[in-house]
Amino acid sequence: MSFVAIAFYVFASIAIAGGLLVISSRNPVHSVLFLILTFFSTAGLFVLLGAEFLAMLLVVVYVGAVAVLFLFVVMMLDVDFVEMRQGMMQNLPAGATVGVILLFELLLAFGARSAEGAKSLEEIAVGQVSNTRALGNLIYDDYFLMFQTAGMILLVAMIGAIVLTLYHRPGIKRQNIAAQVARTRDEAVELVDVKPGQGI
Amino acid sequence: MDVTQNTVSLGQSLSIMTPEIGLSIAALVLLMIGVFRGDKGLPLVSLLSVGALVVTGFLVAVGPQSASAFNGSTLVDPFAVYMKYLVLLGSAVAILMSFDFLKTEKIGGFEFPILVILATVGMLLMISANDLIVLYMGLELQSLSLYVLAAYNRDSLRSSESGLKYFVLGALSSGLLLYGASLIYGFTGSTNFASIAAFASEGLDNRENMGVIFGMTFLLAGLAFKVSAVPFHMWTPDVYEGSPTPVTAFFAAAPKIAAMALIIRVTMGAFPPVDGSAPWQQIVVFLAIASMFLGAFAGIGQSNIKRLMAYSSIGHMGYALVGLVAGTVAGIQGVLIYMLIYLVTLVGVFVCILAMRRKEGMVEKISDLAGLSRTQPVVAWTLLFLMFSLAGIPPLAGFLGKLFVFLPAIEAGYAWLAVLGFIASVISCAYYLNVVKVMFFDEPAGSFKKPMPLAHRGLLAVSGIFTVLFMLVMRFPLEWADVAARSIVPVTIAAGAG
Repeated sequence: MSFVAIAFYVFASIAIAGGLLVISSRNPVHSVLFLILTFFSTAGLFVLLGAEFLAMLLVVVYVGAVAVLFLFVVMMLDVDFVEMRQGMMQNLPAGATVGVILLFELLLAFGARSAEGAKSLEEIAVGQVSNTRALGNLIYDDYFLMFQTAGMILLVAMIGAIVLTLYHRPGIKRQNIAAQVARTRDEAVELVDVKPGQGI
Repeated sequence: MDVTQNTVSLGQSLSIMTPEIGLSIAALVLLMIGVFRGDKGLPLVSLLSVGALVVTGFLVAVGPQSASAFNGSTLVDPFAVYMKYLVLLGSAVAILMSFDFLKTEKIGGFEFPILVILATVGMLLMISANDLIVLYMGLELQSLSLYVLAAYNRDSLRSSESGLKYFVLGALSSGLLLYGASLIYGFTGSTNFASIAAFASEGLDNRENMGVIFGMTFLLAGLAFKVSAVPFHMWTPDVYEGSPTPVTAFFAAAPKIAAMALIIRVTMGAFPPVDGSAPWQQIVVFLAIASMFLGAFAGIGQSNIKRLMAYSSIGHMGYALVGLVAGTVAGIQGVLIYMLIYLVTLVGVFVCILAMRRKEGMVEKISDLAGLSRTQPVVAWTLLFLMFSLAGIPPLAGFLGKLFVFLPAIEAGYAWLAVLGFIASVISCAYYLNVVKVMFFDEPAGSFKKPMPLAHRGLLAVSGIFTVLFMLVMRFPLEWADVAARSIVPVTIAAGAG
């Protein structure tokens, strides 16, 4: 067995085990940590495929940003995970049945699959340029329209988040730095001559 | 079929996509105007958005009528042009209808028309899509804007619930669609519809290509969700009822048209029928029958008029799909005409629903319409014609629409399907006529606040006149739809049908 094959099996089994632990661990923080493990193993699989740029992206974006965000959400929101898990156990039999049937049907379909799609993937991987450059060529040339549309979708997501969550509450005291700086001694300090026994 | 696309440069591609790009830029500019003018900017932004949609319509008209851009991933043909006009019309009308509603209900800020415009950009992309990736991108751009619009009245529990429900189910349907797309790509080796069609023309019945059929089924399931065809309709009544009324009016028209265009593009473009039959026909037949009958039966018990319109729209999508089953030029032409009539009729109905405002606020019960013929006779008579048209009573527009989808189906050997359609149509008369009965024969239950805004009166008049007089002018849309249908139906079938 070659080194690549061994590495593949190691990464793949860690990814699957990690994925199972994400949904089965009791503590939600552990779930997120296992999710990070899964991301790392998947990144390893990408490296084995020769897609080092995707591997890097996966680590930077998913581990660096998304998983950390998850962690914050899990720790800050008081979600009752025990209650949610009970719902999952109730739905498990029906869900598992559908899943098994679907798997069986798909196996039927894939039983005699043609390999055309896989072939075209190999052709791309065997290019002379590094795959960061290859991806750049594709994204900014062939897939220019799709790339720009993705940007529009992110814009909509941003607008949506603001529309649905931003509240302008009246009557809140905010710091006005200009007013603070412009204050003079005359406005701020008042000398009061207090007579004994009278108070202000 | 020649798979290699005639390559055009990036600059040419961009110029072909001018309407979409122009509308996107307009959305960005309007966003800036809104940011600097605050929520006071809503009237200005609304007005300018309608202007932007009109200008986009103009750009569609002067642009190329038959071209492909970005390595064949997008396509402009008479079919796309026709559908784009319908979508732009639906969006512009939705913004016009929203203006007074947002002001009196005091909800939201200037973002409403901008979200409608961004959704419209997505729809234009969907209509022009000739590639699975563009299809998905357009669909997501549209859907994401729609999720936000559904929850736009964030202080209302029902609106937030409908937004969330739509989002969760929409995400599920996107998942199905993407899974189907990945299967199709995996088995055919291409995301381009023309290449997929070339692959499919060799026959999909053999065991090696079963994955493509699987993928196509998933893809159609995802798209059926967007037109709310049974059994993917569950979200429709709740979302229609919970969303603010102008949003419901928007949902019922433009996105349905775009999704229907996409279904036609996928079925006729990527999996064209060979010798008059295609693997998707069974699926579409089922969707059509189930939608027609569920729309007809489930609407009967409804007391909320927005829910009623939801079931009505489910039924109407079923009728439209009957034309697609035929898979001929006449069938597609029927679908195109049907969508036009559906759009214009709905505009009138929703103007009437928006006018259902009492002193204490908006009312949505059908019983609230009681005695409308005595308090507002003009509105009542117009709504009568619109309801008759939706029910398909001759000689109104709705009847002709059904005629144009049923006749090709009969010619293509689906007479039984047309008969089922007639039966469902008769059943659905029950609830349309119930609305008329409540308006004309029940005792008035208090009058609505008058008067309607000028724009609404104009829309209602146009919708009513169109519905009644469609028969006299139908030659022009029919010719136009014929040209559009011929451009999407593969040449071999078009020639065979004469």
